[in-house]
Amino acid sequence: MKNKVYWLFFIPSVVVLVVFFFFPLLIMLYYSFLQRGVYGGIEPIDNVFDYISNFLWLKNYARVFDSLYVPIYLRSLYIAFLTTVICLLIGYPVAYYIAFKVKPNRKFLYLSFIIIPLWMSFLIRTYAWILILRDEGLINFLLMKVGLIKKPLHLLYNEFSVLLGLVYGELPFMILPIYASLEKIEMSLIEASKDLGANEYDTLKRVIFPLTLPGVIVGIVIVFIPTLGSFIVSDLLGGAKSMLVGNLIQNQFIVARDKPFGSAIAFVLSGFVLLLLYIYKKISKGKIEIL
Amino acid sequence: MENLASSSKFALIEIQGISKYFGDVKVLDNIYLSINKGEFFSILGPSGCGKTTLLRIIAGFERPDVGKIIIDGVDYTDVPPYKRPVNMVFQNYALFPHLNVFENVAFGLRYQNLGKLEIKKKVFEVLELVKLTGLENRKPSELSGGQKQRVALARALVLKPKVLLLDEPLNALDPKLRKEMQIELKKLQHEVGITFIFVTHDQEEALSISDRIAVINSGRIEQIGTGYEIFEKPRTEFVASFMGAKNLFTGNLRKLNKYVFEVELPNLVKFKISANKVNGKFNSTAGELKFIVRPEKIFIRKTPLKNQAFVSIPTIVESMVYYGASTSWILKADGLLIFVEEQNRDMRFRHNFYPGEVVYAVWEKRNIVFLESI
Repeated sequence: MKNKVYWLFFIPSVVVLVVFFFFPLLIMLYYSFLQRGVYGGIEPIDNVFDYISNFLWLKNYARVFDSLYVPIYLRSLYIAFLTTVICLLIGYPVAYYIAFKVKPNRKFLYLSFIIIPLWMSFLIRTYAWILILRDEGLINFLLMKVGLIKKPLHLLYNEFSVLLGLVYGELPFMILPIYASLEKIEMSLIEASKDLGANEYDTLKRVIFPLTLPGVIVGIVIVFIPTLGSFIVSDLLGGAKSMLVGNLIQNQFIVARDKPFGSAIAFVLSGFVLLLLYIYKKISKGKIEIL
Repeated sequence: MENLASSSKFALIEIQGISKYFGDVKVLDNIYLSINKGEFFSILGPSGCGKTTLLRIIAGFERPDVGKIIIDGVDYTDVPPYKRPVNMVFQNYALFPHLNVFENVAFGLRYQNLGKLEIKKKVFEVLELVKLTGLENRKPSELSGGQKQRVALARALVLKPKVLLLDEPLNALDPKLRKEMQIELKKLQHEVGITFIFVTHDQEEALSISDRIAVINSGRIEQIGTGYEIFEKPRTEFVASFMGAKNLFTGNLRKLNKYVFEVELPNLVKFKISANKVNGKFNSTAGELKFIVRPEKIFIRKTPLKNQAFVSIPTIVESMVYYGASTSWILKADGLLIFVEEQNRDMRFRHNFYPGEVVYAVWEKRNIVFLESI
C-alpha cells in the first residue's frame, strides 16, 4: 500500500516531462525524417516502403553535413568556447570574492545583483545592449562628450557585440554553481593550507580550486550548451556574418519553412552535446559527479 | 634532569599582553604567557573562554588587537600563518578531502625545498611514527576517526615545527580511544621533543597530559602551574570550582597574635591556624575570607576529632551515591552543602550513615586552601 502511494507523487513530473518534453521531441524526430513540401508544409509520402528502403528519410541528416554549413558550426563552437572561457575567467573571481571577501550579512545583496536581472526577459536585456552599444548609444555618446573620440566606434553588429551579449547573459550561470561550491568549503581547510606553508595563491591552486572543480564543471556545461544553441543574441547584436547554428535552425523554421531540415540540425546538435558529455564522463571516470 | 632544568629557563614562546575583541566583546584580556622549549603546555577552560582564539592568534589566523607574539626571539605578531614556525592540528582534523594520506602529509613539505625522494622518505618516516604505514593511498573519507587524527598529527609533525598547536584534537574520539590517544600523544611529544600547546576543556585530560597548565576564564588567565598546583592549590574561586573543589567556605578571620589567626565559620566552628603553615595567601588584616577543601580530603565521623591538626564540623547526612570505587556523600551544615568523596579502600569497611543522621565532616587543617580575595 505504502509503495503505491509513493508512486503517485511521480505522476505530476512524469506528466510534465511527457507532455512538454518527450512529446515535442518525438514530433520533431518524426518531422526530421520527412521532406519539405513545395509551399513549406510536409511532402506526403507515396510509398512508405520505398521511402525507407531508398534512405530518403535520412536526406535531411545528410544535408546537415553539407560543406555549406560547416563554417557556421565551427563559428558556433568557437563562439561557445570563447564565451565559456570568458565566463569562467570573470565568474570564478566574482564567485570567490562574494564567497570569501564579502561580509556574511552582505552576501545576499551581492547575490541579488546577479540574480535579479534574470527576472527580466532576456530579449529585453539584449535590446538594452543595442541602446548602449549603437553608434548614437550610451558609450559612444559619453566618449564623444568627453572628447576621447571624434567619430562613433562601431560596437554593434560584429563578433565583439555577440560575445559581449552571450557572456553577459550566461555569466550568472557560471557564477552561481562556482559560488555554491566555494561556500561549501570549510574554512579550516583553507586555514590548514596556510598553516602548512601555502600562501594565498598556492592555497587557491592546491586546495580551493580542486575542491570547487565540480562547480566549475557544472558552470562550464550549463554555459557551453545553451550558448551553442543560442540565436537571440546573434540575431539582435550580430551582423550578417555572425550566423550561428541556432540561427540556422531558427531560419529553417521561420524563414525557409523547412521544418524537417531544421529538426534534423537540432537533433544533430543535441547528439553532439550528448557525445561531449559522454566523453567527459569517460575521461573523469565518474570521479566528479555532476549528471 | 639537569638538562630539563636548564632548557626550561629558555622561553620559546612569549605571549606579551595580548587582548582581542570580537566587535564589542573582549575575548582575550591582557594575556601574558611564556612557554618553554619542549614543554607540553595545556590551555584549559570552559567553552567560550577564549582558549581557541588564543591558539588561533599564535597560529596567525587571528590578529591580536593589542600585544605581541614572540617565538624563539622573533616577533611574529604580523607574520602570516604560512611563514610561522608553528603548525596546528585542527579540531575537525581539516584533512584535504581531495588528497590521499600521502599527499596530505606531503602538503607542507613542498615549501621546504626538498627533493622528491627526500619528501617521500620523510612522509614514510612520520607515517611510521604515528603508526599509519600502509594507508598512504587512502582518501580521508576512507579513514576512521582515530586514523584521521593521526594523519592530522603526521601532517603537522613532518614539518618539524618549533611549536605544535593542538585545538581540542581528541574531542571527536570516543572515550576509550581518547584515553589511548592521550597516552600516545604524550609519548609522541617526548619522542619528537617539540613544544606542544594543547587546548582542552577537559580537566582530567589536561592533568594527565601536561607539564604545565594555564586555566583561562572569560578571556583572562586565572592560574598557571603544574597539574598538581592547579588541582591541589587553586588560587581563585573559578579554578577551584572548575577543578571540582566543590566545598567553598566563607569565614571570618581574626588575628590573635603575629602568627596565629582564628577562622570562624559562623554557627559551625572556630579554629586556629598559623600563618606560616597555610596554603595560598590570605589577607592578614581581619575580615572575610574564602577557602576550599577538596571533597576527597574530607572524611565522615560519628564523633568530632579532638586533635588540633583537624577541623570537625557538625552536619546532617543529605544523600549518598555509591560509585563502586568511591562513595559520594552530600552533607548539610547550617544550610551549606558539603561534598565528600570517599575511596572504598576495603571491601569490609563501610560506613553506614543514613540520611538525617548527625555526623561530623572532618578534615586536616593542612588541606585547607585559601583563595585570593577579589
